[in-house]
Amino acid sequence: MDLIKASLSEISSAVKTKKVSAVEVTQFFQSRITKLDSQLNSYVTVNESASKEAAAIDAKVAKGEDPGLLAGVPFGIKDMFCTRGLRTTAGSKMLSEFVPPYDATVVARLRSAGATVLGKLNQDEFAMGSSNETSFFGPVKNPWDTAHVPGGSSGGSAAAQSARLAAATLGTDTGGSIRQPSSLCGIVGVKPTYGRVSRYGIVSYASSLDQAGPMVSSVSDAALTLEVICGRDEKDSTTSERSVPAFSKNLNQDLKGMKIGLMKEYMNRPGNHVDTSKTVEAAIDAVKKRGAEIVEISVPLTEHAVPMYYLIAASECSSNLARYDGVKYGHRAHFDNLGSIDLDAFYEKSRGEGFGKEVKRRIMLGTYCLSSGYYDAYYNKACQVRRLLRQQYTEAFQKCDVILSAVTTHPAFKIGERVSDPLAMYLNDIYTVSTNLAGLPGMSVPFGMSGHLPIGVQLTAAHFEEQKMLNVGFALEKDSPVAGKAPHVI
Amino acid sequence: MIDKKAIEHIAKLARLHVSGEEAEQFSQQLSKALGYFEQISKVETKGIEPLVTPSDMEVFWREDISIKELSAEELVANAPEKVGNLFKVPPVV
Repeated sequence: MDLIKASLSEISSAVKTKKVSAVEVTQFFQSRITKLDSQLNSYVTVNESASKEAAAIDAKVAKGEDPGLLAGVPFGIKDMFCTRGLRTTAGSKMLSEFVPPYDATVVARLRSAGATVLGKLNQDEFAMGSSNETSFFGPVKNPWDTAHVPGGSSGGSAAAQSARLAAATLGTDTGGSIRQPSSLCGIVGVKPTYGRVSRYGIVSYASSLDQAGPMVSSVSDAALTLEVICGRDEKDSTTSERSVPAFSKNLNQDLKGMKIGLMKEYMNRPGNHVDTSKTVEAAIDAVKKRGAEIVEISVPLTEHAVPMYYLIAASECSSNLARYDGVKYGHRAHFDNLGSIDLDAFYEKSRGEGFGKEVKRRIMLGTYCLSSGYYDAYYNKACQVRRLLRQQYTEAFQKCDVILSAVTTHPAFKIGERVSDPLAMYLNDIYTVSTNLAGLPGMSVPFGMSGHLPIGVQLTAAHFEEQKMLNVGFALEKDSPVAGKAPHVI
Repeated sequence: MIDKKAIEHIAKLARLHVSGEEAEQFSQQLSKALGYFEQISKVETKGIEPLVTPSDMEVFWREDISIKELSAEELVANAPEKVGNLFKVPPVV
């Protein structure tokens, strides 16, 4: 069995029918990590008990039990997800020694479907970044060209998946952190509807925007993973009660009758790389050939999406990250004097040492937006515009089923190229942040090349209409010029 | 414009130590970013209720019953300093 090319359902059925053991599958990927990850820096922590977890799956199979939909599938998990007994850092010095006593719901669901955990993947610190350069554990390299960034914040997940240092990975997406690195590394990444997936046990960044999702090698792998991780969770009151469709069984590449929306504000936007525009054009042709109808739509307020996103995300970040006070867990500053110390100085020094520059910048921005005299003009105003943006999307989805667009303005840029200008870095997110603000599902599917670097296209659907989006992705995948191409590091 | 003095004030509110060099950088970078973000003031939002979460779902309730999931030892395991099952902090009074 070629485990580099095998789908998740192929791995799972091979494990269930004893064609291969879960231990063998796990060891295959572990040896790849040992051999290749020094070039990528995608793993922060390797799970030393992975083989033991895999042996437990094999034992179930031996006893005639069904371990589940993902039997013996080894996952790499972004370091934002709490994993019981396995260090969870969020890419920060603040949590560099944190070992959670419990699993995030999503991780628990993967485990109960028979998946194993290979290790924890590098990311931008607290998921704040678009290039994976803000990690305390150093930047991740793009497997297609190691001088380039893998994107962020789920850069470790994208790089590991692209180089097949895991059968599948999980990421989180607050403003594009699944879709953008998936695009830059040539993999499939899905951000589900807000409320589809439990956030319990995920390190919080901006709670009204955060969602978890699969970052994998194919649309059907994404669909299968979604079936396992989606659904109501008692421990997250924002999860939806809606039933979770059998996404992977319902995949359909026939797009007859499907209306694909092209958003006026996103099309032919100046500043796009020529290969990005070409990729979108090629995807439009491909969906037309499969019977889809193209309609023009407009969501004018997407023009203000980046300001809205950063004002809201930074505000929520400053509030969420207030919990890191150096008392119960996380980094604590050292004080030499044995007498009484100033309590504020204790907090300030612990937080000042524990957080990196980008995190500090966003805490500062958010604190400012929420402070007396500015709350109405910034945070509250952004939330009002957010409601209007969501309304405009609702109207747009009366005219189309799925919106097709670019994911990012450019293919992967070089490491170090954009670190000095935060605003330029924020503007990278122009095509992805609206989806989170409106709570919509979105995904990236590889569909173009720029020289030796892959480019994805973005698909966005109405709330809880993941299936439609997955079907368009499934169709595009059949015609993708990225299919059959492999990164430099594999 | 967010000057260095304003940065110091915000840092105090956030209980966040910011070095002199960082304060200088943040002053410039946040001023530039907020200058760009100002554009949302042009959107007419009179009478619009702020959207603080994208879901319209009703809050659901669960039974108020206690569940013992973690032991005290597990809960204090990550403490920077502890004494038995207690968090230890330096004297602050």
